[in-house]
Amino acid sequence: MASIRELHSQLVRKERSAVEIAEAALQRIETLEPQLKSFLHVTADQAIAQAKAVDQRIAAGEEISLLAGIPIGIKDNLCTRGIPTTCASKILQGFVPPYESTVTQRLAEAGAVAVGKTNLDEFAMGSSTENSAYQTTANPWDLTRVPGGSSGGSAAAVAADECVVALGSDTGGSIRQPAAFCGVVGLKPTYGLVSRYGLVAYASSLDQIGPFSRSVEDTAILLGAIAGHDPKDATSLKVEVPDYTQFLKPSLAGIKVGVITETVTDSPAGQAMQAALEVLQGLGAEIREISCPRFAYGLPAYYIIAPSEASANLARYDGVKYGYRVEEAETLIDMYCRTRAEGFGSEVKRRIMIGTYALSAGYYDAYYLKAQKVRTLIKQDFEAAFAEVDVLVSPTTPTTAFKAGEKTADPLSMYLSDLMTIPVNLAGLPGLSLPCGFDEAGLPYGLQIIGNVLREDQVLHTAYAYEQATEWHLRQPAL
Amino acid sequence: MTATAPVKTEYEAVIGLETHVQLGTATKIFSNASTEFGADPNTHIDPVVLGLPGTLPVLNQKVLEYAVKAGLALNCQIAPYSKFDRKQYFYPDLPKNYQISQYDLPIAEHGWIEIEVAEKGKEPYTKKIGVTRLHMEEDAGKLVHAGSDRLAGSTHSLVDYNRAGVALAEIVSEPDLRTGKEAAEYAQELRRIMRYLGVSDGNMAEGSLRCDVNISIRPKGTEKFGTKVEIKNMNSFNAIQRAIEFEIERQIRCLETGEPIVQETRLWDEGKQVTKSMRSKEGSSDYRYFPEPDLGPIEVSETQRETWRSELPELPAQKRHRYAEQYGLSAYDARVLTDEKSTADYYEATVAAGADAKQAANWLMGDIAAYVNANKLLVSDLPLQPQDLAELVNLIEAGTISGKIAKEILPELLEKGGSPKAIVEAKGLTQISDPAQIEALVDELLAAHPTELEQFRAGKTKLQGFFVGQLMKKTGGRVDPKLSNQILNQKLKG
Repeated sequence: MASIRELHSQLVRKERSAVEIAEAALQRIETLEPQLKSFLHVTADQAIAQAKAVDQRIAAGEEISLLAGIPIGIKDNLCTRGIPTTCASKILQGFVPPYESTVTQRLAEAGAVAVGKTNLDEFAMGSSTENSAYQTTANPWDLTRVPGGSSGGSAAAVAADECVVALGSDTGGSIRQPAAFCGVVGLKPTYGLVSRYGLVAYASSLDQIGPFSRSVEDTAILLGAIAGHDPKDATSLKVEVPDYTQFLKPSLAGIKVGVITETVTDSPAGQAMQAALEVLQGLGAEIREISCPRFAYGLPAYYIIAPSEASANLARYDGVKYGYRVEEAETLIDMYCRTRAEGFGSEVKRRIMIGTYALSAGYYDAYYLKAQKVRTLIKQDFEAAFAEVDVLVSPTTPTTAFKAGEKTADPLSMYLSDLMTIPVNLAGLPGLSLPCGFDEAGLPYGLQIIGNVLREDQVLHTAYAYEQATEWHLRQPAL
Repeated sequence: MTATAPVKTEYEAVIGLETHVQLGTATKIFSNASTEFGADPNTHIDPVVLGLPGTLPVLNQKVLEYAVKAGLALNCQIAPYSKFDRKQYFYPDLPKNYQISQYDLPIAEHGWIEIEVAEKGKEPYTKKIGVTRLHMEEDAGKLVHAGSDRLAGSTHSLVDYNRAGVALAEIVSEPDLRTGKEAAEYAQELRRIMRYLGVSDGNMAEGSLRCDVNISIRPKGTEKFGTKVEIKNMNSFNAIQRAIEFEIERQIRCLETGEPIVQETRLWDEGKQVTKSMRSKEGSSDYRYFPEPDLGPIEVSETQRETWRSELPELPAQKRHRYAEQYGLSAYDARVLTDEKSTADYYEATVAAGADAKQAANWLMGDIAAYVNANKLLVSDLPLQPQDLAELVNLIEAGTISGKIAKEILPELLEKGGSPKAIVEAKGLTQISDPAQIEALVDELLAAHPTELEQFRAGKTKLQGFFVGQLMKKTGGRVDPKLSNQILNQKLKG
C-alpha cells in the first residue's frame, strides 16, 4: 500500500513506470470489483493514456508533480468530459458531460491518472450507497456491511487499494462517514475552498468536494492540488493555497483540542474517542470540554435546508434536454411526471417532496427560514468554541459500519448516522475523519477533527500527529 | 314620457405595467455566451445557459452596473445589499426549471418617472408615475411550435435556448396610470430612458422591451380596486394603448350588463384588435422562492453607486425641461427633439455651433427628419455635421441665401455633407439682396411683359404672382423674397 510520495519517488527514480502503476491499479480493480462494486465506470483506456503521458514527461527529463502518475478514483457526481456521469441515478443514464469539473481538470493538469468513476448514493443522498440505482458497494472490512455514503465507492476503493486516493463530496458527512466506515482518511474542506464547478449539485450551500486517502499526508497533497479560487464558482473563496504538507508535524504542543460535550457518550464509539484524546494529550495537546448546545439541532435543520435546495437543483431533470426520458408520453406534463417517477429513486423523491413542501407558500417561514436560523445558531456555537480551542473532536459516526439492508426500511435511523458530521457542513467548517480504533468485529472507528474556517492546517496537523502516534492506519482489510 | 335617463356612471381605469427590458450586455447574465439576436437556434448557448448538471452561475458585473444605472435613472433607491432568488416552475423553455430572479430584496425600489401626455384636442399635461421596483433576472428560451402557427394544433414544439440567460431588468410600475395613452407614454418614456443610458436598445419587435398590463376599472371617485386582468402580447406602444382602450370598454360593458369580470390573463389580438382570454388565474401560483445558494449577496457600496450615478447622461425629461427654458422651444418641439438621444445631441451641437435654436429645431424636425425617416437612419449617421447645419441656418439668417435655396442644396448636404457656404459659393447661389440690382431686374421684367403690366394696372392684381414667379425664374430663386416683393409692388403700381 504505497503512498503518493513513495510512488512519486519510484517514478522519478524510474523504478516503476506510471503505466505499470496504472496497470496494477486496473488489475486490482478487475480482481476486486465483482465483490466490492466501488466503481460505476472504469476508465482503463484513459488511465493508460494519461499514464503514458506521464512516462513520456519523465523520459523527457521533465519535472513532474507529486500527483503525476497517481491512480485516483472520481466520485460519479463530478462531471468528466466525454465520460458518462450518472450520479448513480437512472435519470442521468447516458449523460456524457461536454465539460470538465474544475477539480478533475486540475488533477488532470497535475498528471493524476483517473481510473474510474466511483459509486455513490443517488445524487449523493444517503449514507450507505444502497440508494445507488446501479449497485451497492461493499465495505472492504466486511463485505456484508455498507461502506457508508454517499461517497461509499471512493472510500471503499481507497481502503481496498483499488486506487491511491479518491475524490468525494460531502454535504452532511458524505466523505467523513464513509471514511470512518472504511478506515481511511477523508476531509471535507471549508465551504468555498474547493470549486464546486462540475459537481452535480445536491444542496448547493452545503456541498463541498474533498479527498480520500490512506494517510493524512496524501490528503494534504490532494487538497493542495484541488483547492483554490475558481472564477466559475461564485461561492469559491479568493484565498492563497499553502503547501499543506508543511503543517504535518508530530508534536501537538500548544494545540488546544476541544471535545464537544454533546457528543461524549460511553458507547463503544465514545470510548474509542476517549482513547484517542489520551493519545492527543500525550502528544502535548491541551484537552478541554466545549459545549455546542445547538449541535443536535443540526440534523433536523439539515433535513429542511438540504432537501429544499435539492428540490430546486433536481428540477432540471425533466427529460427535455438530456438523460432519461420516457417513451411515447401523451402530453408535456405526462412526460415530466413519468420521466421523474421512473428516473428517480425513492430517497431522492422523498427529499424532493420534503423540500418542495418546506418551500411552499405558508410553510416557508415555519420550515426553511427557521432551519436557516438554527444554522446561524450552530455557527455561533462553533464560533464561541473556536474562541477557546484550535480544533474540536468528536466520533465521526455513532457506530461502526452497519449491515447492508439494516437501515433501508427506516430512513430516520439512516439519517442519524450523520448526526456528528452535519453541523460541520451547516457551519461551513473543515472536518476530517481518520481511523481511531477497531471494534470487536474488526470494523474501524473514525475520529472527527473539526477546524475553524480555513484552518485546514490545524486539522491536518492534529490528524497527522495522531496518525503518526498510532498504528490504526497501517491495518489493511483482508481481501 | 318624462322619465329622465339614469345618470350614467363614469368609470376610471387603474393600470400598472410590468416591463421586461433586455439589458444590452454582450454576454449573458450568468455565463459568457453571446446575447446577439437572430442567430441560428441553439448556437448562443453553453453548459451554464443550458443548466447542465454541475454548472454554476456567475454574475456578469456589467449587468449589475446597467441595472443600478437604470434604477438610478428611474429615481429609485439602490439597495446596498440585495440577493438573487430561485423562482421555481416547470416549463421547457426554462433550462433549470427555475429562474434566477430577485424576490424580496430587489436591486432598486421606490422610484418614479415623469411622463408627458399630449392627446389630440386635449390640454397636454405631465404626470409622475411611481416605479415600485426594478430587479435583475434571466430570460427564458423560446418555444417554437411546429406543425401550426400557434400552440393549439401544433404537432410538436422545438426549444431555442439562445434567449435563455439574457439579462433582464423587470420594472414594475405603481398602479398610477389611468388611460391607454398614459400607459403607452410611460412605456415609451421607459424605452427612451433605457436608450439614453445605453443599457438597452428597447427594440420591441425583437423582444428587448416587453410590457404586460394589469388593469381594473372602478366608478370614478371610489377607492376600492376592481378585479384585475392581465394583458399580454402587445408588440408596440400603439398596441398597448389600444389593448387598454379595448379592455376598459369591455370591462365597463361587463359591469353594466352584470357580467362578472374574471381575474385572468388575456392576450391582445393585433389582427382583430381585441383581447382574448388565455387562462384564468384562480389564486396565484406558488413559485417557492428561496435565496439562490450559488450566488453570494450583491453589495453595492456608496462609492460605487455614486460613481455610476455620475456617469448618467442628462435624461429625456431633464432635457425636455431645459429645451423649453434654455431654447424657448414648445413642449412639442422639445419632446420630438429629445426622443432619440442622438437627435438631441445633434441638435445641441448645432445650437452650440451658433445656429438659432428655433431655426435649427425646424430644420431637424422638418426636412432632415423626413430624410432620416425615409432612409431609416439616425441623425447621427448623416454626413452633414452639426456645424454645417449651423452654417446653413446662419446663411439664411444673414440673408446670404434664401430658405428656398437652402432647401435646394439640402439633399446634397444630407447625402455628401460638406460646407453649405462652399456649395453656395461654388454654385453662385448667393442671394441677390442689393436693392439697386433688384430694381434693375424688375425694370427689365416689366419691360419684357408690357401686356401683363397693363392688365395689372387695369386692376387684375392677381398678376402680381406672375411677376414674382418670373422674377424668381429669372434669378433662379436667388432674389431676396421680401425685398423683391417690396420693389415689385412699388414698380407695378408705377
